[in-house]
Amino acid sequence: MINLTNQSDNNGIQKKRLILVVSKGTIDMLYPALVLATTAPAMGMTCDMYFTFWGLKVLTKDGVNSVKIAPVGNPGMPMPNIVGVIPGMTKMASTMMKSKIEKFWPNIYEMIKMAKDSGVKLHACSPTMGFMDIKEENLIPEVDDIVGASAFLSWASEPDALTLFI
Amino acid sequence: MTEDFTISQTLDQKGLLCPLPIINTSKEIAKLSSGQILKVVATDPGAPMDFEGWAHTTGNILLDSAVEDNSPKTFIFHIQKK
Repeated sequence: MINLTNQSDNNGIQKKRLILVVSKGTIDMLYPALVLATTAPAMGMTCDMYFTFWGLKVLTKDGVNSVKIAPVGNPGMPMPNIVGVIPGMTKMASTMMKSKIEKFWPNIYEMIKMAKDSGVKLHACSPTMGFMDIKEENLIPEVDDIVGASAFLSWASEPDALTLFI
Repeated sequence: MTEDFTISQTLDQKGLLCPLPIINTSKEIAKLSSGQILKVVATDPGAPMDFEGWAHTTGNILLDSAVEDNSPKTFIFHIQKK
């Protein structure tokens, strides 16, 4: 039986583990990852989020409150590419998208805090920090640790792990 | 439909979308003791399948799942803590 109330495995049963690779830093890519991450503990699963490339920007103090959506090269957006390239369009599209989403969901930082409060682990990708010049002190305090590919692969190799690349 | 349950707690999740009703239900059920019943009211159209999946995975018992109102569509769930 899975213990719902906390993350411990006192009952001796291995919990299922959800591992998410978060490689994109736009609103439309972060919400699906955060929705799954916040739901996992409610389902009795543990969850690790591995933030890499553009995904890592959201774990920075500057990035966490300035997440945007790309109106260009995004066929799902109801805006022609030629309009999307006009200066200010990214900001406008992002503001509109946020105001719609935040009627139903907490904002990105609140979702991260919710995940963290329910025991989700947030991992920053070490090579990304190197080439994007992100220092440890620029990371938000919710980040658990800085890890590389082999840490990720060792978690993903566990029989109870479920891994998604987003 | 009008079965009598001794409801220990009621959770109003009207207007909230996935995953909030499940997250809040999970938190609320954690406060109850084994055998107690939580009533959840939700309008998320995905809620019936989500509650079924959640109950299946966590082992809590979904006693029933019913449509209470059609404008807007409102669902009622009774969940017994395992």
